[in-house]
Amino acid sequence: MAGKGQIDTDLLIIGGGMVGLAQALAVASAGLRVVVVEHQDPGALTGAGHDGRVSSVSYGSHALFDRIGAWRHMSSRAGAIREIRVADGGAPLFLHFDHRDVGDRPFGYMVENRHIRLALGKALADAPDVTLLAPAEATEVRRQRTGVVARLADGCEIRAPLVVGAEGRQSPLRRQAGIRCLSWQYGQTAIVTTLRHQLPHHGVANELFLAPGPFALLPMRGKRSALVWTERHADVPALLALDDDAFDGEIMARAGDHWGRIHCDAPRWSYPLGLQNAERYIDTRLALIGDAAHGMHPVAGQGLNLGLRDVAALAEVLVDAARLGLDIGGDEVLRRYQRWRRFDALTMLVMTDGLVRLFSNDIAPLRLARILGLGLVDRIGPAKRFFERHAAAISGDLPKLIRGEAL
Amino acid sequence: MTVGAASVDPVEIDRFEKIAEEWWDPDGPMRPLHHLNRPRLAYSRDRLCRHFGRPAADLRPLRGLRLLDVGCGGGLLSEPFRRLGAEVTAIDAGADNIAAAQRHAARSGLEIDYRVASAEALAGANESFDVVVSMEVVEHVADLAVFLDALVTLCRPGGALLLSTLNRTTRSYLAAIVGAEYLLRWLPAGTHDWRRFRKPAELGRHLRRAGARLEDVTGVRFDPGDRDWHLCRDPRVNYLAYASKAEKS
Repeated sequence: MAGKGQIDTDLLIIGGGMVGLAQALAVASAGLRVVVVEHQDPGALTGAGHDGRVSSVSYGSHALFDRIGAWRHMSSRAGAIREIRVADGGAPLFLHFDHRDVGDRPFGYMVENRHIRLALGKALADAPDVTLLAPAEATEVRRQRTGVVARLADGCEIRAPLVVGAEGRQSPLRRQAGIRCLSWQYGQTAIVTTLRHQLPHHGVANELFLAPGPFALLPMRGKRSALVWTERHADVPALLALDDDAFDGEIMARAGDHWGRIHCDAPRWSYPLGLQNAERYIDTRLALIGDAAHGMHPVAGQGLNLGLRDVAALAEVLVDAARLGLDIGGDEVLRRYQRWRRFDALTMLVMTDGLVRLFSNDIAPLRLARILGLGLVDRIGPAKRFFERHAAAISGDLPKLIRGEAL
Repeated sequence: MTVGAASVDPVEIDRFEKIAEEWWDPDGPMRPLHHLNRPRLAYSRDRLCRHFGRPAADLRPLRGLRLLDVGCGGGLLSEPFRRLGAEVTAIDAGADNIAAAQRHAARSGLEIDYRVASAEALAGANESFDVVVSMEVVEHVADLAVFLDALVTLCRPGGALLLSTLNRTTRSYLAAIVGAEYLLRWLPAGTHDWRRFRKPAELGRHLRRAGARLEDVTGVRFDPGDRDWHLCRDPRVNYLAYASKAEKS
């Protein structure tokens, strides 16, 4: 802890979650000084019971983690996704993506959030330009035309030309700036947990579209898979209340017999599905990243990846500006970040929204259309490769760090 | 002039505050200069790094270099050069500009030596710098030969000079006067007198006579696609120039 005193820094980040820490490491990799303020104890964040969720780390996100020195600390915990199979419940046609069609590398990896957090924490040890203050609370953040002054609960004062809001969906900085959010709710809840199974998954991610919503098994390290199981709100409490055997039985009834005997070996978490998008990602000397800017439900596994693309774009914009001697918190610099990110985020939100709407209902014509759609996409090479590249997040105007280049 | 001292009239301070705001508002009257700033700074940084053998990816590559910014206005270039590590002296003939620039630099926490002065006067006082920069100024001076002579005098042997201006071509007439002043209203009408625009060869000739060598001319163009200014080969409208002054033999 810094205690009382004053810290002058190049960048202040509020929120030391996965996206906030990645932002700190990315910016510091070019020599800028960063202070991160996180209200939770890092030990509590990485404890086994805190967050049992698993994230899909796209190939581009893996490249970023590699560049900021965190990948080597999590690679032994990462399960590679080499194939993606998308099937429509009960229908014979399915969509099949093979990594060999997009170059011989995995689509991405499944890594437990806890191990991502631990790896980022280890990378901080090699980043002397990052100061993590945790647990610490920013009681006041004053953003003025000339700079930002933040006061912590212990009286410490931090001055920086720019503050980054990485506090997640309920971002206090976003509220303070009066930035509204557009949100959607789907009346669905995702049940999330991890499974052990008898047979190996061979790196195959299975996404099965059932009437209530998608049911996905994503390959983790070893004979384990992450489960993302979407159900109508009303049906979830009963499923969560089942005893272990009955719960495993429900999973096997849906998953089929590819995995042999399956049993759930982690607590069951549930998250209501929804999307939200902030009307602006910037304000005077403020930039929002990750869930503070846009939130997604877990269907397409793109939430963390979208956040890491914010990280890469913001880091590049800030470092370019700093190397020109420009004020990195100036309006002109922040607008570049917003212009770059907004289109990508909106595209991803709309695509995900489309997936949910298309696959979460049982109306006969829609069902037929989606069965045909899947079969058709599978047969049309270019369309399929586009989806595959997007699944692996290597298309579009990507920031350097996502392409695996140094800033 | 010391701004902020007790002797300064608060009404005056308000006025400087307003002038500083005009200079520094990216959507204000100086908007075109804000947009031009990026290519100008990128060009300057890259040429200076090569000239003085510094790494361009460094955050303070100009550390320790004494730099003079002639015609600094509100300090739009002086501040970035200071952040890049240079020890900046910045002069302008307009006392209001200097007062506004001083206020802004103080708020940004940047130490810059701002003075109301002309290049000719400074040259007469035997001052000398590693780098002399003068952007968007030569098209406004009455006697180019005298002005460039002063700039070269102010540059130490082995130092570098950076200039930017508008070329005197049909294209620049259309772009700067008809386009920027009358059609787009980026600039107040009458800002430029096309007859004073300088061809690169004229700059080269005057610089050579004054003892410096024109090393490079690079164009700047506006891309309506990304609505940004970029460096380009074509110097027919706006261009940047880099010159060197030989070491004493």
